[in-house]
Amino acid sequence: MPSQEFSVIIEPGRKKSFYWRDIWRFKGLFFYLAWRDILVRYKQTAIGVLWSVIRPLLTIVVFTLVFNKLGNFPSEGAVPYAIMVCAGMLPWQYFSSAFSDSANSLVANSNLLTKVYFPRIIVPASNVIVCLIDFLISFVILIGLYFYYQYTPDWRIVFVPVFLLLATITAMGFGLFIAALNVKYRDFRYVIPFIVQFGLYISPVGFSSSVVFSNPSIPQFLKYLYALNPMVGVIDGFRWAMLGGSVDLHLPVFFASVAVSILFLFIGIWYFRRMEKSFADVI
Amino acid sequence: MSETIIKVENIAKSYILRHQQAEKYTALRDVITHKVKSIFSSAKETDAFRSREEFWALKDISFDVKKGDRIGIIGRNGAGKSTLLKILSRIVEPTKGKISMNGRVASLLEVGTGFHPELTGRENIFLNGSILGMGKREIRQKFDEIVDFAGVEKFLDTPVKRYSSGMYVRLAFAVAAHLEPEILIVDEVLAVGDAEFQNKCLGKMDEVSKSEGRTVLFVSHNMGAINALCNSAILLDKGQIRSMGKTETITGMYFSGSYAEAGEFIIGKSSNDEKVIIEKVTLRDAMNRPQHTFQFGDNIQVEIELDALQEFEKPYLWIGIKNGRGPVTAATAMIDGFRPAKFSKGHNTVKCTFLNVPFMPGQYTIHMGIRAADGLSLISDSKDVAIFSISTILSEIGLNGGLADTLASDSVSPLIPYIWEFEGDQKYSFDIKNYVK
Repeated sequence: MPSQEFSVIIEPGRKKSFYWRDIWRFKGLFFYLAWRDILVRYKQTAIGVLWSVIRPLLTIVVFTLVFNKLGNFPSEGAVPYAIMVCAGMLPWQYFSSAFSDSANSLVANSNLLTKVYFPRIIVPASNVIVCLIDFLISFVILIGLYFYYQYTPDWRIVFVPVFLLLATITAMGFGLFIAALNVKYRDFRYVIPFIVQFGLYISPVGFSSSVVFSNPSIPQFLKYLYALNPMVGVIDGFRWAMLGGSVDLHLPVFFASVAVSILFLFIGIWYFRRMEKSFADVI
Repeated sequence: MSETIIKVENIAKSYILRHQQAEKYTALRDVITHKVKSIFSSAKETDAFRSREEFWALKDISFDVKKGDRIGIIGRNGAGKSTLLKILSRIVEPTKGKISMNGRVASLLEVGTGFHPELTGRENIFLNGSILGMGKREIRQKFDEIVDFAGVEKFLDTPVKRYSSGMYVRLAFAVAAHLEPEILIVDEVLAVGDAEFQNKCLGKMDEVSKSEGRTVLFVSHNMGAINALCNSAILLDKGQIRSMGKTETITGMYFSGSYAEAGEFIIGKSSNDEKVIIEKVTLRDAMNRPQHTFQFGDNIQVEIELDALQEFEKPYLWIGIKNGRGPVTAATAMIDGFRPAKFSKGHNTVKCTFLNVPFMPGQYTIHMGIRAADGLSLISDSKDVAIFSISTILSEIGLNGGLADTLASDSVSPLIPYIWEFEGDQKYSFDIKNYVK
């Protein structure tokens, strides 16, 4: 009897050669999970989707008051301080919500994980998409501020998607890594908000990167360390694209951040895939 | 000979049990402190701390499934049924062994997986359908059918959190019932819902698997359902295949351990809430011999040995007989009003004899339960306790229709005496008395 061809083989430790093809096959589920989270996000709220505008807007107002009016931090060139904060706040909010949602996503969907098969990477990835949509909605704030301050961005604005991709890579990399750890060690449930809070202060959200680099009292090694923060590259990139010619992109700093982001994406995917097969056993 | 669609070879699954850790999940803190401890303390102590035990949930499971087979997987709690289904569904990875499968697999391990309470019925149909592996177009195509099956037209745009639990289950099952994979894996999902809906679901599964030649792996504790749906069965015991083969043979073994002690069924505790434990059920014929095969018109005595953890005054008992198509008859204290004066603490025996049982050939299951004197609180869970078959050849009792033997088991269960009268003084009577020995 000729040996039969089987379409699915299950074996311990088997390297899934069709891993990425499998993900493609489950793209429908990916969209439905994202669609579910978008639908559910603002159900039974009075002002609904307005929340994704109000929250960053209020933070921008507070940051502008604290850093600019009280702290006398300088803006980038002639750019109104609120616009500069906004150009940092939007990607930061995107990163922080995408990171924390995807890091918590496996635990939050544990009932799915233990009952249905699908490539598990779909769950954190669909969470990132939901945050991306929130980000696009909150973009109206920036447009509003452009009008309010009569400010016109230049041709560089077309590069926003590039930096958006970079922000997504960063959030995915960290999100996947922590999500996989979170399945086994629930400690990370408490670590995630801390990372987000801490990150806000070491990333150029309320201030501009040039404040850090031009300050002589900051030792050189701290500046190097600062440059390794992948969100520095992302936010500086956004400012470069959104604030016209008044911001210079420090290329070495930018590429250091990009390298860290991509490295973390690979580490995240590698660790996630390594742990993936035991998720249902330990969750 | 049809082709092999699933080939399971030496599948095993082990879990590590950590006896000391009471926490549900590992905390990083513990891992670190234990690592540190193990550096400073002697090897002996760390071993004591760990007291790890390897537990084999499944051992050396091998079987083949042919295309179109409907296989029942049965066994006591903890026998490894669900683990096996999870491995087949690719949710968990086996520790050893290999499984080869051909075709699209859909598994239904729980009714309503991924249902979101905030979403409406309509939205949940799409969500749940995609989770179970249906494409968007497929769901659209079947949408009306699903809604119709569930009977929730009016509430399609209501969030399911406002559904009654019955509606919720109906909708969830309706989506699953319209899956069209080549291989369908179903865990004990019919345990929910009322009897009528359960029958509807069984009917639907039966229809789908028979008419469309779908392969089904079905786990259930309901032997009636297994008998009705499956053409062969696998009995798992402590993670190993105890036996496999024809459904009726295997479901018989589920109760009795083996056919050696025909008619005797060892039951034991089924939950910790039980205050009366059914120890053993014995079926006896008119000569008082234990039996599991009877003839049309035989007396069937059901002898139940109980262990009461405390004294119970006037408990309510019921003993029912059912087959794959549903309940057939019952002796119920709720209806006849006869109750034992009391169960004394310790061992008690109850007997109930069904007289001249006029059942068609086939497999029957006996289920029973006991309630306290208030008629409400269960002191012994309602459950299947025994199984028997009627093996009469119909022509021997005067039923001579050409297809009698093939049709009978599929159409009628009890056959009560009747008389035909036709014009020209033609008269035929079918009467039990004529055939009872």
